Amino acid sequence: MPRAQSWSVRAAGGSSVGAESRFARVATPLAFGLAVLAIWQAACVVFHVPRILLPAPTAIGAAFVQNLPMLGADFVQTVVRSMLPGFAIGSAAGFAVALIVDASPFLRRGVLPVASLAGALPIVGIAPIMVMWFGFDWQSKAAVAAVMTFFPMLVNTVAGLEAPGAIERDLMRSYTASGPQTLEKLRLPAALPFIFNALKLNTTLALIGAIVAEFFGTPIVGMGFRISTEASRLDLDVVWAETLLAAITGSALFFGIAWLERRVTFWRPAFQSTTEKEMR
Amino acid sequence: MRSTPARRTGSAVRRTLPVLVVVLALLAVWYAAALIVGLPTARALAPPHTAPLGLVGAALTLDRPLVPAPQQVAATLVAGIAQPITSPRSLIYHAGVTASTAVVGFLLAFAVGIALAIGIVNLRVLDRSIMPWIIASQTVPALAVAPMVVVVLGNMGLTGLIPKALIAAWLSFFPIVTSMVAGLRSPDRIQLDLLRTYSAGGWDVFRRLRWPASMGFLFPGMKVAATLAVVGAIVAELPTGAQAGLGARLLGASYYGQTLQLWATLVMASLLAVVAVAMTDAARAILVRARGGRL
Repeated sequence: MPRAQSWSVRAAGGSSVGAESRFARVATPLAFGLAVLAIWQAACVVFHVPRILLPAPTAIGAAFVQNLPMLGADFVQTVVRSMLPGFAIGSAAGFAVALIVDASPFLRRGVLPVASLAGALPIVGIAPIMVMWFGFDWQSKAAVAAVMTFFPMLVNTVAGLEAPGAIERDLMRSYTASGPQTLEKLRLPAALPFIFNALKLNTTLALIGAIVAEFFGTPIVGMGFRISTEASRLDLDVVWAETLLAAITGSALFFGIAWLERRVTFWRPAFQSTTEKEMR
Repeated sequence: MRSTPARRTGSAVRRTLPVLVVVLALLAVWYAAALIVGLPTARALAPPHTAPLGLVGAALTLDRPLVPAPQQVAATLVAGIAQPITSPRSLIYHAGVTASTAVVGFLLAFAVGIALAIGIVNLRVLDRSIMPWIIASQTVPALAVAPMVVVVLGNMGLTGLIPKALIAAWLSFFPIVTSMVAGLRSPDRIQLDLLRTYSAGGWDVFRRLRWPASMGFLFPGMKVAATLAVVGAIVAELPTGAQAGLGARLLGASYYGQTLQLWATLVMASLLAVVAVAMTDAARAILVRARGGRL
């Protein structure tokens, strides 16, 4: 899958799951994370690190709790109203165009190179243009997120539909399956891992698009707006709290999609016994 | 993955014709959009009873168009490139500033990424404790944190290129780590067993098997990392109040409503990303040649 590879590497690291107990798999990174937090806190207290440099974790936690209403409003503006619609529109459009492109070999050969090139461009730079077109509110942010998520979904879906081998296709032909039937029974299921890969990638891209677009003009609410204004006011507690919110949002969406992937594509070897992998 | 030269040249026409058609179609859509959006403004500005053709011409050459026509963007781009390189209006100058940030960030990400990948593959503790966090680190919208990174490092006395390069590095180190880890783990059990029958030590296995095997995985990751370094460098220039660089140019053009500058800068940024990808391809080609035609 040479085409899809460049897009899939970003999410490819998750498969190094061992055969150890579930507990060890969760506990080791958790312990590492807690250790880092403890060192951070201790360093802040012992060396009296100024808050402008690096607030202690407890200070960030306090800022998070104190500013909950404001964080909630920012979350609604940036995630619920800007990012999620953009993510849905961009991914759905990418999928639809992939189905159209897939129907014609000519289109596939023409669109794929252009789409892979577009995927490699700094698309987030269109943010000022979108703000100019659609105004300061969530519409322009959703538009940036939609364009950013369109190309990964298009490229991955087309590659995924190509994934079934000659043997599987021949089998469908020997059943005299029609084109749509082959698509439904064989090629779409085979494309699902690629599609989920694109969805996982797109959660991060959409969040980045929505937040960065706010640097180019916003109503006075939103995570990107808050981060840039509070950073210039040196109110780093709030900036860190906002970062924490962004991290929680990004992780929740990513692992939500990963959970859905396990439920939907339960038949994949990667999600079954992991003992063979552990032999390495 | 490896297409033979014969196949490559034989299907050149078959491959370029569809791309050409799609690109022309996109250009046509672009012109249509510029025309449709520009016509009302052109009609309002033009003297009464202007011929329809004159209106079309006016719509495609507006001063501050909402959707500039392709030839306008191209002309602005060429004008920006033709400026003397010392001029603050030179696009080459701004691209150079962004490129130097991206290169430093990429090299940093490369060094850290390869080292981390080697550690993760060899030390189980590292794999278990750090790998989940490396994945989690990418669910944090790193670009959104850019302003804070710049402020914090500025307080520590680090200004200029370093904070921006760190943001570019943060973004681009992930594809390098994951592709390198996948590559170092790619040798089959049979191959590992063979080396064991030769009683090869850990270092030999690494040097003769894992490292060579990883290269085919590394380059797709490097390609993504190179474009991400460019993206990171551009976005890092937005909140830093930077005077130079393509990101600063984008922000300025957007602030003053200079649409043509905005689009030309965006095209320049895209060219920079294309050059970055071409450079990783060139590096790959050099390695392939050094290895006698294989990767």
